[in-house]
Amino acid sequence: MPRVLVAFAHPALEKSRVHRALLAAASRHPAVTVNDLYQVYPDADIDVGREQALLREHDIVLLQFPMYWYSTPPILKLWQDLVLEHGWAYGRTGHALAGKSLACAVTAGGPREAYEPGGFNRTSIRQFLLPLESTTRLCRMTWLPPWIVHGTHRLDPEQITRAAAEYAELLSALAEGRIDPVRVAEADELRPIHWTGGS
Amino acid sequence: MEHGGFFEQAFVYLAAAVIAVPVAKRLGLGSVLGYLIAGAIIGPFGLALIGEAGQDIMHVAEFGVVMMLFVVGLELEPALLWRLRASILGLGGLQVVVTTAAAAGIARLLGLGWAEAVAVGMVIAVSSTAIVLQTLEERGLLQTTAGQSAFSVLLFQDIAVIPMLALFPLLAPRGAEVAGGHTWVDGLPAWGRALAVLGAVGGIVVAGRLLLGPVFRLIARTGLRELFTAAALLLVVGIALLMSQVGLSPALGTFLAGVVLATTEFRHELESDIEPFKGLLLGLFFIAVGASIDFALVGSQPGTIAALVGATLLGKFLILLGLGRGFGLSGEQRGLFAFALPQVGEFAFVLLAFGSSLGLLAAEVASPLVAVVALTMAASPILMLAWERVVAPRLGTREVTAREADEMHGEAPVLIAGFDRFGNTVGRFLRANGVPTTVIDNDSDRVDVLRRLGLPVYYGDPTRLDLLRSAGIASARVLVVALDEPGRNIALVREVRRHFPEVRIFARAEDRNDAYDLMDLGATQVYRETLDTALRVGVDVMGALGRRTHAATRAARTFRRHDEAALAELAAVRGDRARLLGVARERIAELERMLQADADEPDLERDAAWDPTTLREEMRGT
Repeated sequence: MPRVLVAFAHPALEKSRVHRALLAAASRHPAVTVNDLYQVYPDADIDVGREQALLREHDIVLLQFPMYWYSTPPILKLWQDLVLEHGWAYGRTGHALAGKSLACAVTAGGPREAYEPGGFNRTSIRQFLLPLESTTRLCRMTWLPPWIVHGTHRLDPEQITRAAAEYAELLSALAEGRIDPVRVAEADELRPIHWTGGS
Repeated sequence: MEHGGFFEQAFVYLAAAVIAVPVAKRLGLGSVLGYLIAGAIIGPFGLALIGEAGQDIMHVAEFGVVMMLFVVGLELEPALLWRLRASILGLGGLQVVVTTAAAAGIARLLGLGWAEAVAVGMVIAVSSTAIVLQTLEERGLLQTTAGQSAFSVLLFQDIAVIPMLALFPLLAPRGAEVAGGHTWVDGLPAWGRALAVLGAVGGIVVAGRLLLGPVFRLIARTGLRELFTAAALLLVVGIALLMSQVGLSPALGTFLAGVVLATTEFRHELESDIEPFKGLLLGLFFIAVGASIDFALVGSQPGTIAALVGATLLGKFLILLGLGRGFGLSGEQRGLFAFALPQVGEFAFVLLAFGSSLGLLAAEVASPLVAVVALTMAASPILMLAWERVVAPRLGTREVTAREADEMHGEAPVLIAGFDRFGNTVGRFLRANGVPTTVIDNDSDRVDVLRRLGLPVYYGDPTRLDLLRSAGIASARVLVVALDEPGRNIALVREVRRHFPEVRIFARAEDRNDAYDLMDLGATQVYRETLDTALRVGVDVMGALGRRTHAATRAARTFRRHDEAALAELAAVRGDRARLLGVARERIAELERMLQADADEPDLERDAAWDPTTLREEMRGT
């Protein structure tokens, strides 16, 4: 069974209801390894050797984070800077990640409409994540569209529970290889329809 | 049975102790009774495994009493004495005086001479520090009003034994000279003797302050642990000799010396070096006492013995109850106080042995008394059980009793042992972030300040298990070990690990050797107190020389990781080396290994992050 590595980045998890629920779901999942970056590296002193070993051991990398200023929290950028070394992740001799997949599990404060072409932000979340998509390609990995929890500020506890359940389904689908990269290639975001087999 | 060679004798004594004491403890009787029972079993009235040799052993064993008083003196904390002065002098003083008077009166009525009656009174007045403290500790009652009162009384008794020992020769019939022949002061007039005593005590004070430190440091530098122990023993023996030469009893002399040396930096070393000898010799002493119990005598008059035991317990109990009322103890506390202290204690054996040797106490008085004392000690666990199961529940105020206003019992998840410059930073930081902490510290001024600010703080030696217990170690999740003496940190970690394997221990280490010891003992995390500061200095130096501070800071982190990994590795190879090479040479050898490890690690300086070298090479096709 392909194993999923959740690289999780939230600088203040104690203040996030949604990520606590999502992280709990991921931690419970048997096919998932959770790597809580801010917890493991409180001084942002990333252990490159450890991170590369984790990446090697897993087939699917899932970055879980809240959108901050239309991008990732800073430690994820630092993680890319330090871990994805030339000659290891990319470059002529860098094939360590080739063939693996990368996806994002993202939360956004704004509603879905805000990230539509005519909406407040004019750009979809997938488009905001374009640097990550390019990084994925440079590392010879397969890019999957992001799975998104929208409008987090307005969610009630029941909706959060539902989001966490959907997240668990997503993790299972990824682990079991039930998401076809070709079929979802053009999707703005991953939704249950992509793994329940509906059309 | 031959009472032959040294080894046979030693074997009998040690075997008796090793078998009887654990059994007695298991039965809740305490170690003192265990030794007594062991003595009775191997003695002439039991299996008769030891014969006349018992008397010789007694002389050696009495040195255990001398050591005990030395340690009592060492453990007397002036601050504690001052804090409890009212109850020590008032309650303790009255208990000793009233009990002595009452017991002496009864002894006189039973037909003893005045001197003998007073001696018997003193014997009866003392309670068993060993049994009572242990009992109260086990039940967590030491911090209650009754516990504190009992503690004060016991402390006064321990000190009062000294003048009692001094008084016995004066009570003794004329002609019965104190053992030991000539002293330096034989020919001197009274004022000359007084001067000699003052001179000797003054000499100990001065030498303790000026000489002890350098000498002990010199010995410590040899790295031979046993030499340190030998020096500590030499000190005690020397003081005992000196004191007998100026006409004081060795016990009184070493007690004074202990008090004098209590304030020196070597107090804890002395204590821990003397402690095993003290324990062993005291055990021997109690075995000898047990062997000397005349069971033929006891068996011939069981009624008398039983009556004496009953009268002693009841009499002391009633006096304690009355004193408790007089000193304002509430009903239940008064009961606990009286139930805890009515037995006669181990010092009674010392006094009885001393009195007999002086000819002050006749054998037909002393022998039954030894049995009576032992039986009252045997009764005390039963009395405590009766109190707990039968009496206290009827008084019905259990929940309210155990707490004094300022004794917050520890439910805090974090316990900080030691609140000097290190511990107080940890504690302030945690409190600033809303983490409840309980502090244990033995600086009374600091404790007073913390108490005034309303922080939960326990006063006393944090390496004491009873104090840790009352501070809530059993329910704590983390213990921060932050004392400023590495040796005590190590002792603390060892104790806590043995009794509370669950709690996580974050320990302060002075240097690498400390860190090794703490790691070996099972500390969860070890922090060398100078490592982070020293690295910050290194970073600032690099910054001052024009290096980018970010790179320097990252380099420091890498270095720390490397250093901590090397520490763990080197911990494995040290061990006996320190003993073989001596501490100083091992330290140099260790420095060499560290520098070598730095040199062997190629990535300490080179930070791969944001380094475009390889990329540049690939672009240029080299």
